[in-house]
Order: sequence, then C-alpha cells, then structure tokens
Amino acid sequence: MSNDQSTTNYRWVGKRTPRPDGVDKVTGRARYGDDMSVPGMLHCKILRSPHAHARIVSIDLSKAKALKGVKAVLTCAEIPDHPLSEPPYAPIINDMHDISRNVMAREKVLYDGHAVAAVAATSERIARAALKLIDVEYEVLPHVLDPLEAAQPGAPILNEDQFTFGDETEPKVPSNLFRSITGKRGDLEAGFAEADLIIEREFISEPVHQGYIEPLACIATTSEDGCVELWTTTQGHFVIRALCAKLLNMELAKIRVTASEIGGGFGGKNTIYGEPVAIRLSQMTGRPVRMVMTRTEVFRASGPTVGSRSKIKMGAKKDGTITAAEVDTWYQAGAFKGAPVGRAVETYFSSYKIANVRATCYDVCVNRPKVAAYRAPGAPMAAFAAEGAINELADRLGIDPIDFRLKNAVGEGDESLMGSKYGQIGLVEVLEKVKSHPHYAAPLGPNQGRGFALGYWMHGGGLSSVSAHLLDDGTVTVATGNPDIGGSRSSMRVMAAEELGIDIELIKPIVADTGSMGYSHLTAGSRTTFATGWAVVNAVREIIDKLRALAAKKWGISVDDVIWESGQAVPKKAGQDRIKPLSLKELAGMATKMGGAIAGHSEINAGGVGAAFSAQLVDVEVDPETGFVTPTRYTVVQDVGRAISPDYVEGQMQGGAVQGIGWALNEAYIYDAEGRLQNTGFLDYRMPVASDVPMIDTVLVEVPNPNHPYGVRGVGEPCLVPAPAAVANAVENAIGRTMSWLPLSPPKILQAIEELKLAAE
Amino acid sequence: MAELKYESPQTTEAAVALLAAGGPTARVFAGGTDLMVQMHEEMIEPTLLVDIKRISETRQITFEDDYVRIGAAVTGAELGEHAELKAMWPGVVEAVELIGSYQVQGRATIGGNLCNASPAADSVPALIAAAARVVIAGPGGVRDIPVEDMPVGPGRTSLAAGEFVTSLLLPKRAERAGDAYLRFIPRTEMDIAVVGVGVSVTLNPDGTCATARMALGAVAPTARLVKAASDILVGNKLDHAVLEALAEAASDACSPIDDKRGTIVFRTKVAGVLACRAAAIAWQRAEKN
Amino acid sequence: MAKNFVTTTINGDEVEFASYPGQSLLDVLRSELHMTGTKNGCGSGDCGACTVVLNGRPVNACLVLGVELDGAEIETIEGMATGTKLHPLQQKFLDHAALQCGICTPGILTMAKAFLEKNPDPTESEVRYGLAGNLCRCTGYDKIVRAVLDAAADMRADG
Ligand SMILES: Cc1cc2nc3c(=O)[nH]c(=O)nc-3n(C[C@H](O)[C@H](O)[C@H](O)COP(=O)(O)OP(=O)(O)OC[C@H]3O[C@@H](n4cnc5c(N)ncnc54)[C@H](O)[C@@H]3O)c2cc1C
Ligand code: FES
Ligand code: FES
Repeated sequence: MSNDQSTTNYRWVGKRTPRPDGVDKVTGRARYGDDMSVPGMLHCKILRSPHAHARIVSIDLSKAKALKGVKAVLTCAEIPDHPLSEPPYAPIINDMHDISRNVMAREKVLYDGHAVAAVAATSERIARAALKLIDVEYEVLPHVLDPLEAAQPGAPILNEDQFTFGDETEPKVPSNLFRSITGKRGDLEAGFAEADLIIEREFISEPVHQGYIEPLACIATTSEDGCVELWTTTQGHFVIRALCAKLLNMELAKIRVTASEIGGGFGGKNTIYGEPVAIRLSQMTGRPVRMVMTRTEVFRASGPTVGSRSKIKMGAKKDGTITAAEVDTWYQAGAFKGAPVGRAVETYFSSYKIANVRATCYDVCVNRPKVAAYRAPGAPMAAFAAEGAINELADRLGIDPIDFRLKNAVGEGDESLMGSKYGQIGLVEVLEKVKSHPHYAAPLGPNQGRGFALGYWMHGGGLSSVSAHLLDDGTVTVATGNPDIGGSRSSMRVMAAEELGIDIELIKPIVADTGSMGYSHLTAGSRTTFATGWAVVNAVREIIDKLRALAAKKWGISVDDVIWESGQAVPKKAGQDRIKPLSLKELAGMATKMGGAIAGHSEINAGGVGAAFSAQLVDVEVDPETGFVTPTRYTVVQDVGRAISPDYVEGQMQGGAVQGIGWALNEAYIYDAEGRLQNTGFLDYRMPVASDVPMIDTVLVEVPNPNHPYGVRGVGEPCLVPAPAAVANAVENAIGRTMSWLPLSPPKILQAIEELKLAAE
Repeated sequence: MAELKYESPQTTEAAVALLAAGGPTARVFAGGTDLMVQMHEEMIEPTLLVDIKRISETRQITFEDDYVRIGAAVTGAELGEHAELKAMWPGVVEAVELIGSYQVQGRATIGGNLCNASPAADSVPALIAAAARVVIAGPGGVRDIPVEDMPVGPGRTSLAAGEFVTSLLLPKRAERAGDAYLRFIPRTEMDIAVVGVGVSVTLNPDGTCATARMALGAVAPTARLVKAASDILVGNKLDHAVLEALAEAASDACSPIDDKRGTIVFRTKVAGVLACRAAAIAWQRAEKN
Repeated sequence: MAKNFVTTTINGDEVEFASYPGQSLLDVLRSELHMTGTKNGCGSGDCGACTVVLNGRPVNACLVLGVELDGAEIETIEGMATGTKLHPLQQKFLDHAALQCGICTPGILTMAKAFLEKNPDPTESEVRYGLAGNLCRCTGYDKIVRAVLDAAADMRADG
C-alpha cells in the first residue's frame, strides 16, 4: 500500500508534471460553456425584475409572442411548483419550492434581477427586443437588505409561507428568520468569570461575488421521446441533472448532462439558474436552446456569498489561555433560506481549545439574490470576526499573536463546535513555520503594518465514481464525473500513474458525462483530489488486480504469488525467477485474447476527511492622506496533507489569498435606496487586478491525512478562510486601531485615520 | 427594433451632413469604448453611428505657431507614444494615458473622453488646467470654445445638432511651465476617478508662481476650474501655508455626491490632498523647464 | 437587419464576413467565424478575456465594431502557435502552471505577447501594469507574472 506515510520517494506524486488539458487551454481550443453551438439553436434571454421586492400583478406576453423570430415565451407557469420541504433540514438545503421560484419568480419578485419571464428566439438580438415587449405590472413593496433588520418583527416579509423553524413557541407570523444553529460546550458564565480580559466587538462583512470570469452558459436539446441533452458550465453535472430532474418532474436517466470546460466557479456554479429554463424552452419549441448570461446578469441574479453581522465576546487569562468565547452571527441568505450557518458554527473558534464556548448563526432572508457557495462557504466571515477578536486579545495582553495561538491550539482528538473530530492535524507545524519564516521578523517601513490570521476548514468527502480502462496498447483512460476547474485532471493522472507504475503520458484523464458514470458529487468543498482521487486509486488497483490474475493465468501460478511492481507483474516466490516479468503493455496486449478488456471501477462515499489549517501573513502600506492600501508582501503557510501536484496546490493558495485581498479591501455589493444593485460590472465590482497585488509566497506543510491513500487534505478552500482577516489585521496595524467593517475601502480607512487624529488632539 | 446604420465618412463636411440628417439618435463613433458599453448595457439605442476615424483631420497631431492641434480621434496610446507632446504637456498626456487598460488605450480617444461628458473623465481636468480649446465643426461652420464650456452636465455637452469635435488646441508651453494630473481610484488600475485634479503653472525666474490653473474632476456634475487656485498660487512659492490654502480651496470647490465610487466626505478631503500633490509635481516640472 | 460586407486579414489569412452595425468584433469572431478561442467575460472592456491585436495594437474585441474593420489586420489566440509549435509564452504558461481554469488565458497570452513586443525586458511591476486590463480570478497572478518574465528572458536570448 502506498499509504505508508514515510514513503515519499514517489515517481509522480509531488512532482511538477505537465498538465493534460494545458495545450488546449493555451491555444484557445478548449470549449467552455459559451463556446458551443448547435445547428438550429434558438437563443434565450431572460427578463429580470427592476424592483427589489414587488408583487407580480400581471404579465402580458402577447406583444413579445407576436414578434417575428420569437419561438416561445415562458413564465413561472411553465416551471413546475413544489411544496415546501419539511424538517429535518440538511446542512445544505435544496428546497424545490424555493429553487422553482428562484429560477422563475412566481407570486413576487424578491430581488433586483430576479427572473420573471424568458424568450427563445432565432437570434439574440430578437430575443433581447422581445424582452422589451413583455409588459409586467408590479405592485412595489417595501424591501429590506440588512439581515439584522430583516430578522426584526415588523420587517417586510419576503416569503409569507416561511415560519422560523425550531422556535419552541409555535410561530404564528411568518418571519425572514428561517432558523438558527448553535454549537456550544462548557459554562460561559464561569469561563468569562475566569478571564482577566474580556473584549466585545461587532463585525460586518458585505456579500461578495465569486467573480468567475466565464459567465453562466448552457445549451439544452430535447427530443420527441422526452430525452434531454444539456451542455453546461458547472462544478457538478450530476448535481445539475438531479436538480433539473426534480424540478421538472423528469426521470434522471432521461437527462444527460455534459460539463463544458469551466471558467472558474468557486462555489458559484454548484446550482441551477438558466438550465431548467433552457430545457423548458427547448421542449416548447422542439429546438435546441442556448442561454448565456451577461456579466450584469451574473452579478444581479446568480448567488454571491453571504454578508454578515456578528457580535462576539471573548475572554482570556493574562497567560493567554482563552477561557470563554461567544458569538451571534446573522447571515443574509438572500431571497431564499439556505445561508451556510452550519459551516459558520463549524468554523467558529475551531482552531482553538476553548472550554466554554457558544456560537449561534442565524439564516435570514433579505431582498438580495439567493446566496451560493463561495470557497469555504460561511467561513471567511466567521474567521474575520473570530480572528479579529483573537488578534485584539493577543495585542492587549501583550502576547505574540502566534504564541497566543500556539497556547490555545487544538490537537489530535479535539473537536470542532459541530462535532468534527480531528485526527492527525498540522496546526502546530503550520504555526511554527510562520514563526520561523523570515517574513515574520522582516522590518516594516513607515505607514506599514503586518497582519496575521489563521483559518480552519474541514473539506468534503462524499460520492465519487471513476471508470478506468486499460487499452490494448497499454494506455489507460481514467474517467471521472468531476469537472476540472483548476488542474484536477493532472492530479488524477498523477495518482493513477503512481499506482500503475507507468509514465503519466500513457494515461488520459477524462471528464465523462452523466450518461457514462455513476454519481459524482460537485467539484467543490475541496473534495475532488481527496474523494475522486481516492476512487481513481481504487479503480486502477482493480486494474492491477486483474493484471496480476492475468499474469498468474499465463504463468500457471496462484494470483497470490504475483505482485505488481514498477508497472509490471512479477512472481513473488523465490525459485520463480526464471519467469520473466510481464509489463503492463504486454499484459494489455494479451487481455482481449485471454478473457476480455480490462477495466476498473470505483463508486465510493469517501469518509475520513481531514481538517486543514491555513495561516497567512500580510504586509500593507496605507497612504495616511487617502486611505489607499497597498499590499506589499504576502505569505501563505498551509497544511496541505500531501501535494499531489504542487504547482496547482500553490496556485490554489495564491488565488485564495488574492480573493481575500479583494474581499478585505474593495469588493462589495452596493445597493441604492430602492434596493437596486449599483455595481453590476467588473469596473465597479472591484476585484484585484495584477498591479494591485504582490507575489504570493507559499509554504506547503505536509502532514498527511492518514485516512487517504496519498495523505490528501483539501487545499482549495482553507486558503481563503483567514485571508480577509489577515489583511484587515495588517491595516489595523498600519493605522493603529481596530477595524471591523469589510470592505476596508479607502473612505472607511481615511475616516478611521481622521478619527484617530481628532482623538489625539 | 430600430435599425442601426453605420457610416464612415472621409471628410468633416460629410460627417456634419450625416449627423445633421441623423437627428438626436445619431452618434459620433470614435474609439467606441464608451459607446459600445452603453449600447451593450442598452443605456442608449442609437440609429446611426458616424465613425470619424477615417477623417484625416481627426487623426493627426500637428504643431502650429501658437498651439498644438490634437485630432479628436487620436487615441491614448498614440498620445503616449508622442515624445514631443509628452514633453510639452506631460500632465495632459498622463491623464489620457490613465484611461482604462492598454487594450482600452488602443481605442479610447481624447475627443471621446471629452464628449462622453462623464464628470470623472480623466483628460478633462488636465485639459482645463492647460487652457485647452475645443474645435467644433457643424452646419454653421467651425467654432472653438474653452474645454470647460464643453460638458454641461453628466453625459451632456454644449454641442448643437450636427456638430462634432474635430480637434483640441493646446497652447504652446511657455518657459518655466509644468502641468500634472492625479486621480484617486480604489485600485491601481481599471477604475473610474473618485477625484481627479489637474494643475498647470508657470513660474517667474525667482521661483514664484506667474500663472496657475487648477481643475477638479468627479467632485461635481462637470469638471470645474477652481478660480481661487490662481489667487492662492500666483506670486507665491509652494510653502506649507500656500499648500494648506490650496487644499482648502480644492475642498471648497467640491459639490460631490455619495455613490458607488465614493462618499462626499472622502471626495472633499481627497480633492485637497491631490491638489497639493499635483501642484507639487507641476511645480517640479516647471522648475526643470 | 442589413449586414455590411467586410474583408479583413485574420492571423494572416484573408477572411470575409457579413456583420450588422452594432455587432462587436467579439461576436463576429465567436458567432460568425466560430473562432471561440477569444473569450467573452464581460462584453464591456473590463476583463480582457477578449483581447485581440488589431492593426498592431491590443484591443478589447468586445469594444470594436465588426463593420469598421474593412481592410483591418487582426491577430487572435488561434494564430499564436506556429503550426504545432507553441509560442514561448504559451509554453511558459504551461511550464509555470500559470493557468487554472484557463478562461483568462487566451486574452492574457495575447496581451502579454503585444506587451513584450513593446517592452521586451520588463520589470515585475511593468508586467503587472501591462496585464492590469486582464482579470484572472483563479491564480492570484503570481505564476502568470513569473511565466511572462521567464518567457521574456527566453525571447530576448533567442533574439
Ligand atoms: C474598461 C474601461 C475603462 C475605462 N477607464 C476610464 C478611465 O480610467 N478614465 C476615463 O476617463 N474614462 C475611462 N473609460 C471611458 C472611455 O474609455 C473614455 O471616456 C474614452 O476616452 C472614450 O473615448 P472613445 O473614443 O472610446 O469614445 P466613444 O465611445 O467613441 O464616444 C464617447 C461619446 O462621445 C461622443 N463623441 C466621441 N467623439 C466625438 C467627437 N469627436 N465629437 C463629438 N462627439 C464625440 C460619442 O458620440 C459618445 O457619446 C473607460 C472605459 C472602459 C471600457
Ligand atoms: S469580454 Fe471584452 S473585456 Fe471582457
Ligand atoms: S485561470 Fe481562471 S480566470 Fe485565470
């Protein structure tokens, strides 16, 4: 078994190997969602609400239908309705009642950009023109954007059939507060009584968008026998199939989904938006229908992540022991329930051993687009509050921030607030690495500050399927059901080559469609290299077993006497050394004549996930007269378990850090007084450009996850968790006061500087 | 659906005729970096685009006796590559070069930046500070006006029906003169000015200020000339008291709004900061001239 | 809607297409000519995914009209490799893992090539400003900048 943790002399694992899909991507040949066209296809455009909250009084489609070139017009009448789902609620709620209404507004529109009607026409121009001919009469209602306000009695109610779940008293009036989740242990009162220092703070973060560069796009083709083929850009085509089938009351096998190459997702492409609309329009017209969102539509109508309001209280002793911690956090879910509240509670304080602790997180509806996942959903805002408070505690107690964390660090056997039990983890190793890193001791110039924060994330496991096929000439195809967002084909190939003992160039990794594979969950939750990689290992081991059996048959010995070594079958026992080993290639050539083609399959539900910790150091310089922030140095230290493809592990860490810089400094959804989104393009939704950021140094700490054949831990998400908190802490250090409201845009920083000056006078 | 037509006349007269006949939904099309976005977002639905880039007059930079003539359809990239012009009016050129990315620079024109009449247009405060004039061709012939008289409100200009801008005139630089433009944006690139300040000065041989012009962008419905700046600077050196007065004058001249790009308080304060910084750069350049 | 007939040179080949006024070069490339290597990330000049070289200058194809291109010379990502030999920039992007999802890559490569032609020996900061019009959400730019600097060094060495 290659999960012998001391074995690191791998041939492929951990090496910088070329990427199988690379050439197609540098030549423009790779086909993304919007790069496909089908003969005879129609173009779909969606009419969207200009109001934040309004009742739909009537919709008149007659003029649009009469326009030449318009083939079908659709409203919610064409999308099946579903009853509200019942408790118990899963951590991630996919309520068809809500999804149906999010795909096409029913009684009301609940946010600026909410879909109201859709047109399929022979050209995009005609479809756009038809939208202008649809008359919608609205009765505008008061709206609410802030989760704290929305949770108050008397706030405008979005979903009149939603009652707070879990209230002991049976609620009589509907509420925007869907539920809260609490994790706790110990005795808070006693804990705070023990503390020498108690701090109480409030933190605010605004919703931010995943900001993937490829807009949402799909093409649906239906046939008279009720079958559907869907091409779409997604992080999980099996999930898209499941959601479309359920929503449209179709049989799973009748929908075949092919995932295009995907131009970024970060959690934003985990669910359905235009897919069911394109399918229905295709069914109505008998023609293929293509739907491509504009960038404006992506911002207005696809989910950003939650914004948050947190009230946090922490206490510590003079020696740095955290004695108690308590937090209430309101997450705005957007128009429909489903903010990642469980994940928030899971993240809160989970890097620290605290005896007395409580975290409660509230899932509140507001008149904004329904949130979607974004890289460690729910965690960065929780880390912003928790790490902010911890940095202040350390600072006021005069303890080095890393020593403070080392003093309270969790270890093997400890548990997160949601009950995840830690196995072998690398937290202490990560903290020690930061402490000894030259960045930590480097001198700072005037107006510069250094920030530090720690992030925790428990990655996903779950369902993955893999089919590996050995071909006659000794090459191998490895098909998975997971779209490749950031180089997963490369990691799959590396693990397969390592197991088989052959050159990576002999292996062709494939992302197969839903008709060709067993169920595979999303490429999300940092799970793909872990869970799907595991399935790859299983599948190729099945091939190896079959090859050993083949060799045994050929040699007339027992299969138990054949081992697999460096890509060949070798007899195990002494005295059999006159038998010449058979290579994979030789065996492949024999297979079809000696029984049949050789394949390996694996359909697993992967458990044994491992906690991952990412620690980040960042230096910034603040212009004291304008509040402009320049990040000047950034170091990410992370326990990655084992880096299968170090290039792409580093890439994840660097990308996560820069997303965190954007989140901390400038990104935000900005609304006007009527609840209309003001910054619907990249010009005003300010993601970092190349000149905004420095090089991002990475330190890969490898404490293998003992549950995985190669020790893999999720790496994609942990790196974003502490980033906004670390940048905010650097700004605090540069200007000399605490900052609690993201983004730390120049006006906020300048105001803080001015207040400090006034206070000093 | 209104039909959209495209024309690319080769002469000023032909362009004027097309624009006059095209009515209010006819648009001059220069680099298209504003127009294409506005059409894409369906903010405007023109029926005629008159592309002026094939009219040679709009594409040239020529040095005449008292001034430099910059064709309205000269792009940012072309201005940036023009060493002589850059040496003469570095502030104006750097303002135009701040527009967008390299890709946008390859298309965006100085005339388009002015005529789009965004209060945040980067070239405009620099042009006003430089005392530039706008040459306008129309059905009634050719006229020229100061740049500050061109924009009359966000998205609105003083151009009459059938008129368009053929070129801009920059005075030839005097001795001991310098100009500068600075803007504030929350990122380093690809952003629209939250505040912009253009300053142009000439110095006396003794180092005191002989003439000065300062203009602000993005702090009012149109870019505006800060008349008080000249009173504060002329006759003085750039000492602490003068800078303080200049900052105050800049802040006083602001009547901004709160919007997605900045707050009233922030814009007002930063206008003062940038006024001082731009004045210092213009001063340095003048001293070297 | 009436279309205009336009004759251009794309990647060295004479290409004719019909375009209606208002149609962007990006749409012409992708929908009319099926050259989908040039990507659409925003349609408003903000992301650079659509970068092509027009008459020697990098531009956003989404901000250029098809109808104005009679006689124009256009270079796209499809013309970057010579036959089956990748351009040094393309190779360096692979070597440095300078792409994750890859949607920004054609635009960044096209911009980087044009940039290095003007500035063959740039500093890190110059590369960053040179690519400021190209958004990448995946990589954090680090490996992209390294790949461009490395390609520049090789291209200088090869003269
Ligand atoms: C990504 C991006 C970034 C940008 N960044 C900036 C920035 O940093 N700073 C900034 O100031 N601007 C910025 N802009 C806006 C734009 O690029 C500039 O305003 C540019 O100078 C416009 O020039 P153009 O030739 O492209 O104008 P066009 O789009 O061709 O025209 C703009 C307007 O002016 C009219 N017009 C053009 N030329 C004439 C003429 N000669 N006579 C009469 N009317 C005329 C047109 O009819 C139209 O209404 C940005 C745009 C984009 C897409
Ligand atoms: S698509 Fe042209 S810049 Fe984004
Ligand atoms: S690699 Fe995904 S946007 Fe750049």
